[in-house]
Amino acid sequence: MARAFTPKVVTANDLIEGDVIYLTETDQWTRHHNEAELIEDEAHAQLRLLFASGQPAKVVGAYLADAKAGPDGPEPVHFREAFRAKGPSNYAHGKQETRA
Amino acid sequence: MYTYSEYDDAYVRRRVAEFAQQVERRIDGSLTEDEFKPLRLMNGLYLQLHAYMLRVAIPYGTLDSAKMDQLAYIAEKWDKGYGHFTTRQNIQYNWPKLPDVPAILEALADVGMHAIQTSGNTIRNVTADHFAGAAADEIEDPRPVAELLRQWSTDHPEFQFMPRKFKIAITGSPNDRAVTKAHDIGLRMVRNEAGEPGFEVIVGGGLGRTPMVGKVINEFLPKADLLPYCEAIVSVWNTLGRRDNKYKARIKITVAENGLDTFRALVEERFAEIRPEFTGVDQEILASIEKEFTAPAFRNATAEAFDAAYGADPVFRSWADTNLAEHRVDGYAIVTISLKAHGQTPGDASADQMRVMADLARRYGHDELRISHEQNVILPHVHKSDLPLVHAELLRAGLATANVGLISDIIACPGMDYCALATARSIPVAEQIATRFDELKLEHEIGEMKIKISGCINACGHHHVGHIGILGLDRAGVENYQITLGGDGTETAAIGERTGPGFAYDEIVPAIEKIVETYLKERESAEERFLDCYRRVGINPFKLALYGEDAKGRARAA
Repeated sequence: MARAFTPKVVTANDLIEGDVIYLTETDQWTRHHNEAELIEDEAHAQLRLLFASGQPAKVVGAYLADAKAGPDGPEPVHFREAFRAKGPSNYAHGKQETRA
Repeated sequence: MYTYSEYDDAYVRRRVAEFAQQVERRIDGSLTEDEFKPLRLMNGLYLQLHAYMLRVAIPYGTLDSAKMDQLAYIAEKWDKGYGHFTTRQNIQYNWPKLPDVPAILEALADVGMHAIQTSGNTIRNVTADHFAGAAADEIEDPRPVAELLRQWSTDHPEFQFMPRKFKIAITGSPNDRAVTKAHDIGLRMVRNEAGEPGFEVIVGGGLGRTPMVGKVINEFLPKADLLPYCEAIVSVWNTLGRRDNKYKARIKITVAENGLDTFRALVEERFAEIRPEFTGVDQEILASIEKEFTAPAFRNATAEAFDAAYGADPVFRSWADTNLAEHRVDGYAIVTISLKAHGQTPGDASADQMRVMADLARRYGHDELRISHEQNVILPHVHKSDLPLVHAELLRAGLATANVGLISDIIACPGMDYCALATARSIPVAEQIATRFDELKLEHEIGEMKIKISGCINACGHHHVGHIGILGLDRAGVENYQITLGGDGTETAAIGERTGPGFAYDEIVPAIEKIVETYLKERESAEERFLDCYRRVGINPFKLALYGEDAKGRARAA
C-alpha cells in the first residue's frame, strides 16, 4: 500500500535578498509560512514545484517541505523549517524585524 | 604587515569587476543559479538559511586598524551592524543582499582584502598562530611564510579544481596555538641540530566526519624547500585523491588509504621533479615579504601604571590574569579581547566594537590586530603601562569579559541559526552554557576548559578537539547533542571520545554541569586541569555521572 502523502509547501530563497519565501495559491511569493499554499496531493505538488523552478530570475533552490494545517494557515513540521520560517535565535533579525 | 603590490591590487579589482558583471547577469536572468553558484562561491558568497553570507578572508588572521575600520563600515552600510569572526580566522557577514556584494568587495579591495578562495575546492585562507610575531615561545614569525603561501596558492592554476578543499595552518612556536595537527598540511617551525629554523611538516589531519590527527611526513624541512614541498604534497593528492566520493576526498583519507610511507614516497618523487623549477625567485619574494613584517619599534618604559592598577583594581586584575599572555619583549603583553560576553554569540562583534578595537590598536597596539581561531581578537603588542587605559575602554565597549581559556570562552559554529548545512543549533547552546556557569560563579574555580560546539558533522566548531566537544545532530526530527571528552587541539593533539547517547536540547546544559561537577570531585588539586584529570581517570566517572548505573548498557546501545 502506498504511504499517505505528507502535505507540503513550496519554499525557496529570494534571489535578491536571500530571504525564505513560500509559494501561495495565487502564484505569488510570500515571506510568511502561514500564507503558503498547503499542498495535499502529490501530483499537484510536483506541478507547483515545476512552476516555482521555472522562475530562476526570482527564486533560488525551490523545494517541497513537509507542512501541516494550523489555525492560522500551514505550519512547519521539521525544526529546520521552523527556523527558516522564524529567523535566527540569537538576534531578532530577518523575518522577526519585519514582523515586530 | 604586508601591503598589496600594484599587481595584487589590480588582480583583486579585476576579480571584483568580473564578479560585478556576473551578478548583473544573474539578476537580469541571463545566468541560471546552476551557472552562477560556482561563480559566487569563488568569491566567497554563500546562500544560507535566511540570507546570503559573504565570507571574507583575513589572511593568517592579521589586520591593521584601517582594515578593521573598513570591516565595521561594511557591517554598518551593507549588513546589520555586526560581523561574525570564525574558526578559520575569517569574518562572515550574515545579511548581504546580492546586488550589494560587488560594492562590498570593492570596499574590501580598497583596504587590500578580498573573499577569493574562501570557498570551493581550492587552497583556503592560510591560518596561523594568532600570537605570531609576539609570542615569547616563538622561533620565528611564521607570517612571512604564510603570506608566501597565500601568494603561491591564490589562483594557482594547478589547484583550482581539486578533489576537495585544502587547508594549511602554520605556527612558529613549539606550543601549537594554530591546531596544525587538524589541517590538511600543518607546518610547525622547529630547529635542526645546527640550530637552523625549518619546518616539521604534518599531513592528513582533519576534523569533519572522519576526524584524524595529522602525521609527520617530514621531520625537518629547510625553509627554502617549503613551497616546492607543499606543491608536491598538494600535487600528489590532487592526482591521487578520491573524486568519486566527497566524503573520501580529503587528503586525510588519501594518506590513510595509501599509507603514510607510500604517500611520502610519492611526495618525494614529485618534489625531486619540481624542486629544480624553483630557482630561488620564491626566496627573493620571501625576503621582500619578510621586510614588511619587521617588528614594531617597541618602547622602553616602566610598567608602574600596570602594577598600580593590578594592585588596586580587582576587575582589572581578574582581566589581566585571564586575558594577557607573555610577550617576547619585556614590558609588553599580548592582549586577548574576548568576543565571548556571557550569553552572547561567540565571535560576534558590532561595528562600534570593531571601531573601538581598531582605535585601541592604533593608539596602543602598534596598529596590529589578530583574529584567533578561537573567535577572539588579539592586540599582539601592548605596553603594560597602557593596559589600564586599554582595559577601561574595553569595559565601556562591552569587550572586557575576563574569560579567555575558561569554560565560557566557547567556540561555536553558526549552526542552524544561519548555516544551510547545520543539523542543529550551536549558538544558543553556547550562550546557555556561558550564562549558567557565570550564574554558578564557578568558571575561575574550574580553570582552563575548552568547550567547542559544532552544529553538524562537518565540525567547523572543532568539537573533536574540545576538552568537552558538543556535536548537534538531527535525530528523527529532533535536535540531539552528542558529547565527546578529552579532545585536544594543541601539540599534544587528540580526538575526543564519545560519552554515549546524545542529549536533547534542554538536557545538554545540565549534562555539561554533571561533567564539570565530576571533574571538580575527581581532580587531585585545583592545579590539575580538566584535560589532565580526564587523561588520568578516564571516561568512566563521567559516563557514570551522565548515564547512571546503566551507563554500560546505554553506551552499547548507542
